[in-house]
This record gives sequence, C-alpha cells and structure tokens, in this order.
Amino acid sequence: MIPTVVRRIMFYVLVGFGTAFFALPVLWLLSAPFDDTPTYAVRPPREFTLANFQAILDNRYAVGSLVNSTILSLGTMVLVVVSAALAAYALSRAQVPGRDALIYLLLLLSSVVTGTAAMVPIFLLIFELGLIDSHFGVVLVLSGGLLPAAIFLLKDFIDTIPRSYEESARVFGASPLQILRQIVVPVARPGLATIAVWTVVQVWGSFLTPFILLRNQDKQPAAVLVRTFYTEGGSPNLGLIAAFSLIYSIPVVLMYLLAWSRYGFRFHGGIKS
Amino acid sequence: MAAITIGALTKEFPGGVRALDGLDLTIVDGEFFALLGPSGCGKTTLLRTIAGLESPTSGSIRIGSREVTPLPPGARDVAMVFQDYALFPHMTVQENIAYPLKIRRQPRPARAAKAVSVGAQLGLDGLMARRPAELSGGQQQRVALARAVACHPSVFLFDEPLSNLDARLRLEARTFLKRLQRELGVTTVFVTHDQAEALALADRIAVMEAGRIRQVGTPREVFGRPANTFVANFIGSTPMNLLPGVVSGGRVELSGQALALPPSVADALGDGEKVIVGVRPEYVSLSRDRGDLAGAVSIVEHLGTSSLVTVEVDGLLVGATVPEDTEPEPGTPVWLTPSPARVLIYRHDDGTLVG
Repeated sequence: MIPTVVRRIMFYVLVGFGTAFFALPVLWLLSAPFDDTPTYAVRPPREFTLANFQAILDNRYAVGSLVNSTILSLGTMVLVVVSAALAAYALSRAQVPGRDALIYLLLLLSSVVTGTAAMVPIFLLIFELGLIDSHFGVVLVLSGGLLPAAIFLLKDFIDTIPRSYEESARVFGASPLQILRQIVVPVARPGLATIAVWTVVQVWGSFLTPFILLRNQDKQPAAVLVRTFYTEGGSPNLGLIAAFSLIYSIPVVLMYLLAWSRYGFRFHGGIKS
Repeated sequence: MAAITIGALTKEFPGGVRALDGLDLTIVDGEFFALLGPSGCGKTTLLRTIAGLESPTSGSIRIGSREVTPLPPGARDVAMVFQDYALFPHMTVQENIAYPLKIRRQPRPARAAKAVSVGAQLGLDGLMARRPAELSGGQQQRVALARAVACHPSVFLFDEPLSNLDARLRLEARTFLKRLQRELGVTTVFVTHDQAEALALADRIAVMEAGRIRQVGTPREVFGRPANTFVANFIGSTPMNLLPGVVSGGRVELSGQALALPPSVADALGDGEKVIVGVRPEYVSLSRDRGDLAGAVSIVEHLGTSSLVTVEVDGLLVGATVPEDTEPEPGTPVWLTPSPARVLIYRHDDGTLVG
C-alpha cells in the first residue's frame, strides 16, 4: 500500500509534467516574438524588441496571406454552415429510408478517405474545372471535406429541438420560411455557432489543400506562407516565424473565447436540459 | 366561436396502423369537450387532425360553417396548447404571447399591448421580460394558454394541458382552466388520459378506444351509466366491479350466489343468458350481519377519507368502499349489498349496456 499523501504527490508531479509539456510551446510563442535573437529555447526575451513585427509588415506576402486565410475561412464557414444547416434540418425532420445509414456512410468515407489520399483526384478535378489558383476552388474542396461531420453534428443537435416548437408556430399560421428564420435558426444558434467556429479553425490551420491548389504566392493563406520564412543563409527565420505565428493564432483564440462566452458550446436545444 | 363537426374521419399511418377509424363527432359551440382514453387510442391523433398537423386518410372536418379538411393549420383559426407547452426558448414571455400576432403582421405596439393585457388576465404580470426557462411549470403552462388566448381563435385545442404539472398544482390549474374557458366561451377540445380530469373539467366527454369512440356523454352519464364494459372499466378512480354471471328467473347467479336483476332490464334478458354485472365500489355497502352476497375480507386499501375493501365472494373479488375508521380486518366474514338503482347489466358477448 502506498500512503495517500505519496500517491497524491505522484499524481501532481505527473500532472505537472503533462502541463509543462503542453505549456512550453505556448510560452515560447509568447516570448520569442519579442526577442531580438530568438532561439528554440524557452526564456524571457534577452532584449525586448518589436522589430520582428516590423519585419512582418515589410514582408511582401505576410499581411496578404492573413487576408487570404480570412477569405478562405469565412467563405468555407458560410458554405458549410448554410448547407449543413439545411441538410441537417431536412435529414432530422423528413422520414427518408436509409437516412442514418447514409449519414454514417458519409462520415465514414470522409474520415477514411482523408484529404491526403484523395489529393491527386481532387487536384485533377479542380484542374479540369479550371479552379486552380482560385480561392473558390479551395473553399469547395475544404467544404466537401468538412460537410459530412458538420451535418452529422448538426443533425444530432436539431434532433434535440422538440418538433412541437415548429408545430406550434405552424398552428399560429407561420410559413415554413418564417418557422426556419424565427424558430429553428435562433434555437439552433449555439449549434450553428459551434459548427462555424470549428469550420474556421479547421480551414485556418489547413495546409495541404491550399498548398497544392494555390500556385500563386499572392493567394496563399498564412498556414502555407509560413514555410517560406527563411533567412538568406537558409536557416529558419525564428523571429519572423514566432511573430507571425503569434499574430496567426490570435484570431482563433479570440473566436473561441467569443463563442464560448456567448454560447458555451452547448450541444442541445430546448428549455430543460 | 364555432361548432366542430367531424364526419367519417379515418387516419391510417404508413404501415397500416389505423389511429382513427371512421369517426363521427359533433362538438357544440362553446363547449368544453374532453377526448379521453388510454395511451394509443387515437385521441391525440384526432386533436392533431383537427389542428391540421395530420391530414386524414378520408373523412371531413368542419369548424363552424367552414370545411377545413384541405386547409393548412394556420388557416383554420384554431390555437393549440401542446403537452410540453412548446414555448420558444429564445423569446421572452411577452414575445411568446405576441408571436401569433407577429405572424399576422400586427404593428409592434398593438402586439405588445395585447400581450400585456392577456398576460395580466392570466396572472403573468411581472414575468413578461423573463424567458421560459426561468419560469415554473405552472407559469409556463399559463404562458402557453396566454399565447393561445392572444390569437383569439374560434377553437382551442389542448393536448394533455395538465399532465406536466405536479399533483397539487394540477388541481389549481384545473380550476383555472375551467374558469378561463367559461369566461372566454370559446369551443375547447382537450385530450387527457386522466378520467378524473375529464370528469371535473368537461361539459361532455368522448371515451375513445383503438381509434373509435366508445361513448359520448356528460360526465354524469359517462360515470353513472357507462355504455359498455370498456368505459365502465376506464372511468372512475376505483375500478368498477365487473362480475360475470348467468340470468336465471329474474336474478343473476354469480358463482353460487344470486343478485336481483334491476326491474328495468329484467324483460330484455332471457334465462341462461350470460351477462356481466357492473357496480361501482362506492355503490356497494358492506355489513357484518346481513346483505345480498356473503364473503370474507381479503384486502383493505386506504384512500384517504374512505377505504377500498376487497371481499372474496366464492372466488370473485368484489370491491366496496367504506368510510374511514370502519374498515373490517382482513379475514372477517361480511355481507355486501349493491345499491339496486346503481347496478348495471352488460351483455357478456359484446360488453354493451342492457337497458
């Protein structure tokens, strides 16, 4: 028998190591951008400086890549949220034979056939469509990959919204569009917000699809551009990478905080939970 | 204000389940009408078909002078209160009550004024800015009622309006509901599986079983003279005694002992005919020294101000209620006497009331 005190100490030591393991990169990200000679070591800035941020502003592509990331993220988000909401609502309310099998099949295929495995056919498809080097093509491919999971999650959410809400509105004379706009969407808003944030995060961090489909560096998003930050000597430009990574991660963190404070990532509807 | 006329209404669900089976029913203008029956008898389907949420396989529904069968729910001029109240969680009480008016494109100030006045009428003042999740069950129910009242329909449809309330609140809400209906005078159909609720609230009751109506009548009729053994069994807080017997010489023989037939039915029955004798425990008196049927006390159940005594009479179990503090001990030999005017005779083969 190990005494309770010893067991507790061991537990906290273990938790401490775990925390440190995940905290180190974050600490590096918070200190390295302000260091004039950043290394891989986590340490307070030796000489505090904002020169790294100035270097980003001077870089021809950096600011543009963040704009590209925003365009891709928001475009994919709108497409995914709107189509997933419509599909999930229909799948939740209509009696379609083989509905559940269809959803599971889509989900299975989208997770088994990963983007990497399907990259060659996708590239050929987009090439034939003449959408190489266009943001629209990337939005289409990314949406296609995210939709099955989004539909699956949203359908589960909409299933928990009592049908009596819609029926009640129907008896009062509301049209289907009014019911959707005034009842279903507001009640499903936490679910829609979750899907929206999740989509943005997925697209914001996606590398392979935009890397392959966007040849022109002016159109590449931040996740792709960051690989080009090297010094003239051919070694990674740590100052630039660190500062850019910090800027790059802020919108995602802000979005999480905003969505969390407003909706708390609930995944159920209805009054009593 | 409108009467509801239902003709040969049939609803068949995919898979061949007949929820409603050629139903005919007329609900009078201004009436408080109960649809009563066990789970799965089709009462909710009937209500939803009147509302237009289900379309009938055949048959017709008229509200007032209008044929509404082909109309969508919103064009029928009805208001429905759902079992779960279906209050919109993202709207305040006031917005909920005003929602039907918003659909009718009434101007915002008129909507607010109406919501406030109806809310006050139903005792909701002070709660108008809250959301449904911040209300108690009883308050939620009143909001649902207020929303129905605010749209001034010609018919109210209530689907088990009281079943989500706890027992004490239910009695209060019952009185409240009846008073509200009296004041408004709007034709009201409500669905319930609780016979006590139906008896207490309704002007008339339709007792349903398996998609058919087994009896329509006032609470007094349905309670006092159930038209068949199904209704007899279903109505009443203590189950009615239904005892199989055989007619013989103006009497009914019940496994060895005999009861006099009520004079009104004696002529309709021949010797040797199999019947079922129905009598409520409340109408059976228990005595220790004389009576019609001899037996021994088997179980005593306390009901509050009275007790239900189950007596074994030659293998038959017969219930009788006695006032509190006069319960016999189990095992005591006792006599039972059904009140002659309250004895009902049903035919054995189809369970219908004789006479």
